[in-house]
Amino acid sequence: MQKAHLELSQLGISFPTPKGPFVALQNVNLDIGKGEFISLIGHSGCGKSTVLNLVAGLLQASSGGVILNQKEVNAPGPERAVVFQNHSLLPWLSVYQNVELAVKQVFRGQKNKTEMRDWIEHNLALVQMSHARDKCPAEISGGMKQRVGIARALAMQPQVLLMDEPFGALDALTRAHLQDSLMEIQARLNNTVIMITHDVDEAVLLSDRIVMMTNGPSATIGEILQIELPRPRNRIALADCATYNHYRHQVLSFLYEKQRKVEVLPKAEPVKAAVATPELLAAQEKRA
Amino acid sequence: MSAIPTQWSRVQRYLPAQQQLQNWLKQSLLSAAGIAVFVLLWQLLASQITTSLGSFPGPVQVAQQWSGLVAEHKAEKTREAAFYQRQLERNAASLAANPDAVITVRPYSGRPTFFSQIFTSLYTVLTGFVLASILAIPAGIVIGLSPRLYSAFNPLIQLFKPVSPLAWLPLVTILVSALYQSEQPLFARSFLVSVFTVTLCSLWPTLLNTIVGVSNISPDLQNVSRVLQLNWLTHVRRIVLPSAVPMIFTGLRLSLGIAWMVLIAAEMLAQNPGLGKFVWDEFQNGSSDSLSRICVAVLVIGLIGYALDRLMLQLQQRVNWDKSAQLR
Repeated sequence: MQKAHLELSQLGISFPTPKGPFVALQNVNLDIGKGEFISLIGHSGCGKSTVLNLVAGLLQASSGGVILNQKEVNAPGPERAVVFQNHSLLPWLSVYQNVELAVKQVFRGQKNKTEMRDWIEHNLALVQMSHARDKCPAEISGGMKQRVGIARALAMQPQVLLMDEPFGALDALTRAHLQDSLMEIQARLNNTVIMITHDVDEAVLLSDRIVMMTNGPSATIGEILQIELPRPRNRIALADCATYNHYRHQVLSFLYEKQRKVEVLPKAEPVKAAVATPELLAAQEKRA
Repeated sequence: MSAIPTQWSRVQRYLPAQQQLQNWLKQSLLSAAGIAVFVLLWQLLASQITTSLGSFPGPVQVAQQWSGLVAEHKAEKTREAAFYQRQLERNAASLAANPDAVITVRPYSGRPTFFSQIFTSLYTVLTGFVLASILAIPAGIVIGLSPRLYSAFNPLIQLFKPVSPLAWLPLVTILVSALYQSEQPLFARSFLVSVFTVTLCSLWPTLLNTIVGVSNISPDLQNVSRVLQLNWLTHVRRIVLPSAVPMIFTGLRLSLGIAWMVLIAAEMLAQNPGLGKFVWDEFQNGSSDSLSRICVAVLVIGLIGYALDRLMLQLQQRVNWDKSAQLR
């Protein structure tokens, strides 16, 4: 069997707390092939971002590790480009300069000035942002900023593209538009992508596989769903498609039935305790 | 607190030109009214107060002294020009008599006028301020980037920050005379004493604000820098410095204000040339004009302080990348 392009093996992380180590994530095992589009979905706090940060090298695993092309990952690097949730463009640089910073860093010594300029402009064109190349991030909309964020990541020519809820902060229409753009780009470049999302439709529409995570603490992979819809995918056609809806249903049932998030309200208890109701007294007796 | 004025100036930008003009007129009239009330009260109260040097000067006497000081300055300039003219003629004459004569050009050593004192003070304050900035900004960046260095230096910063210029002055004076001994000094000692005192007192706000600005860089931008594997220098130049610029400038403006205040005090105490010495000399002089002259100096010191702050604001607006920020 062919070795996986990107391999998460026995990945786990724990954080020290006064009450002993808090295990946030454990036993995450996943093999990702070249050109595969993976979505990580799960309730908030389940460690999706932690997985992504571990792959990015921004966090260090306490156990297990991440192997990219047979090499262990232990520091951040441009071959694992990250698209951040809040775009994270440098506000003092123009759109062009933001991408330029990445290109100059990655292709120093490999491309000359003209090649670099062409490459930056090519990537801006890919996300349809050529018209705003000299604008500052403050002058463009949220969706446009995220496009530039994607252009910056793509311009690094990464082996894996990591996207941390890239469209989470956008309105539904802009989000749909950007998802379509991303699908087009993906069809052309065939990148290996790990994307975190909260959005079930987004996950089914974009992914080859959906990785569903259990709730923390000690979160891990719950189920993996293979999405076998033909590409190119069209959101309108799929809205009526039984297979699509079946996939949707599977993700929804994982999230809302198997891993139903029980909201704990820790502050409610002391208030109750202050007023000794008969029920509470009875409960206390039972516990004793 | 600043929310309402910010909103207000945003609204202003979109008003029609005529209305903008009206608003501007209103503002100017109100400012003028405030000044008028002040001058009136000054005149009324001044005539009531009798001091050992006669009655306290009102606005009219002060204005007269201003023209007096201008006239004095012009007279001094004429005398200086005449001195150099005479010297030139004398030298030319001795050269004509004996081509091998040794020619010495002596500098004019007249009494410094009010305006030359202003120039001295400005020159001194800017030197001290620039020196303080050159020390404080890089130090602030290095300390702000390292929590360990911050823990190490913070107690020292907190200790030296509140020290009054008057306490530094004797130490600086002694140190400068001990360490700066040269046959042909490039700078006068008094100048160095003033400069170092200004530097020591004014570097703290810049240092502290730079530290805060640098240590509060958004974690997302830091992650961008890590993913790009920027080296330390590029990281500082492209990420750290720009994001700390607003805080650095807040510090610089505070520093410049303090520098100007400290300088006047230091000049008074140490009898170093400058506006402070002018005030002190007039105070010691005790003529009937002295109080009016001191009033002129007070107003000029205030105006220069204000002008320096506006200058920094202009610079800040030019350098700051956040054009939507309302600076005041």
